[in-house]
Amino acid sequence: MLKVVEIDHLTIEYPDVKAIDDVSFTVNQGDFLGIIGPNGAGKSTLFAAMLSLNTKYKGTIKFFGTDIRKSKNYLKEIGYVPQKPIFEKNFPATVNDVVKMGLQKESDENKIDEILQQLWIHELSERRIGELSGGQQQRVFIAKALVNNPKVLILDEPVTGIDQQSIDLFYSILKELNSKQNITIIWSSHDLDAVNKLANHVACLNRTLFFHGESDDFFKNDDLVKQYSEASMQEHMHHH
Amino acid sequence: MTFEIFTFSFMHRAIISGIAIAILCSVVGLFLVLRRYSLFGDAIAHSSFGGIALGLMAGIYPLWTAYGVSIVSALIMTRIKDKFNISGDASIAVLLSSGIAVGLVIIGLSGGFTLDIFSFLFGSILLVSVNDTILILSLTGIILIVILLLYRQLLYSTFNEEQAKVSGIPVEKINYLIVFMAGVTVVTSIQLVGVLLISALFVIPNVTAIMYGKGFKQTAIISMSFSIFSVVAGILVSYIFDITPAGTIVLFAIGILACTMGIKSVGLLSRHH
Repeated sequence: MLKVVEIDHLTIEYPDVKAIDDVSFTVNQGDFLGIIGPNGAGKSTLFAAMLSLNTKYKGTIKFFGTDIRKSKNYLKEIGYVPQKPIFEKNFPATVNDVVKMGLQKESDENKIDEILQQLWIHELSERRIGELSGGQQQRVFIAKALVNNPKVLILDEPVTGIDQQSIDLFYSILKELNSKQNITIIWSSHDLDAVNKLANHVACLNRTLFFHGESDDFFKNDDLVKQYSEASMQEHMHHH
Repeated sequence: MTFEIFTFSFMHRAIISGIAIAILCSVVGLFLVLRRYSLFGDAIAHSSFGGIALGLMAGIYPLWTAYGVSIVSALIMTRIKDKFNISGDASIAVLLSSGIAVGLVIIGLSGGFTLDIFSFLFGSILLVSVNDTILILSLTGIILIVILLLYRQLLYSTFNEEQAKVSGIPVEKINYLIVFMAGVTVVTSIQLVGVLLISALFVIPNVTAIMYGKGFKQTAIISMSFSIFSVVAGILVSYIFDITPAGTIVLFAIGILACTMGIKSVGLLSRHH
């Protein structure tokens, strides 16, 4: 099976704390990996290293067999959806503008139309991005991630602060992208139920990697599930 | 007299150069405004003051030294800002005051203020020569072509730097390119509105246009239209009433902004009722 990501002895240290401590795992093509762990567990730090936004790490990260320190070409194969995209609220860009930003070639209008339709945002294409709801904006950023035909989608807690209806729609779209288009998905989440329903692999991260394996093996292990439910529950209480 | 002014060749040059500068400032300014870098144009303009003083003292055409000094100091300042993690507004303050300081010292050394200095401080659009006009048109053409070619990359790194990086866009190079283009634009525009009022052309038409336009292109076109109108109306009205063109141009731009805010607040009020 084609290895999409190989992370080997990854350690990321900040001056006073080890954010990631000796983490190793592999993601194969077609995997739908849910990365779970409380806030501060290092999920975003891990993604920043995987996306070459932070290069101060020890260990190696390979995408498609190539060390990402040697070439940034792998980024062309990746669609990234951040936790909460930050932009000026009155930025004068329509949905259409946002989806096309950064495209190198002339874009295939039919394909963009198709993606917008698939994500139920076709009718919003001429609206200003800042006027949309959080759920609609998140779908715009998924569309943006998809226009380059990515082989891998990386999503960092993509449903934070979004209404339940949009979350359900969002999850069904992810499921379809993974099962029908064979896009590898790496997704961090607080939501154990959602991970249980969607992911076929699970990684439990809390600075070190506690578990990595098939989703069924994780959810059969009551101790692990209980531990993570408690961790996320505490996190939830902490938030409120 | 009113129609006579259209027959003067200096007026033709002034209006043609003015329109080119209006387009240039509004397009480059839109990227600066959206990056929360509105006063950067002002800072470059003030550093160009040092360059102008240097040129006058050395007997070189002051705009050439102004191009050199402004572009180099803007690029150095951007580098320092990134390296030492200085905030955008503080770096603007440093650039702005060092340009004026250098300019004042050089002027002092070379015998005090002259008429030339005042024409750079407040603009002298009616005095542009044929060569100036050709230079202004060429630079405007080159910068617009660069922006059109790199439009999506420029827009993406302005919209969200991190995401642009992840898409493989060389965000740092794009940032330096924007600073470079801002430097060229500012010095090119000095003849129209002078060092002191340049940021008005960068900022005011764009702030106004953002209130109207939905998408980026639409906003840019609206901004250009307001900018061209302000410049042409400003040049003509100032000539007829024998007042300063730079101030009149900027007041027209402010007038359009004030009307827009009036229209928008009436619109909001009627929606509330």
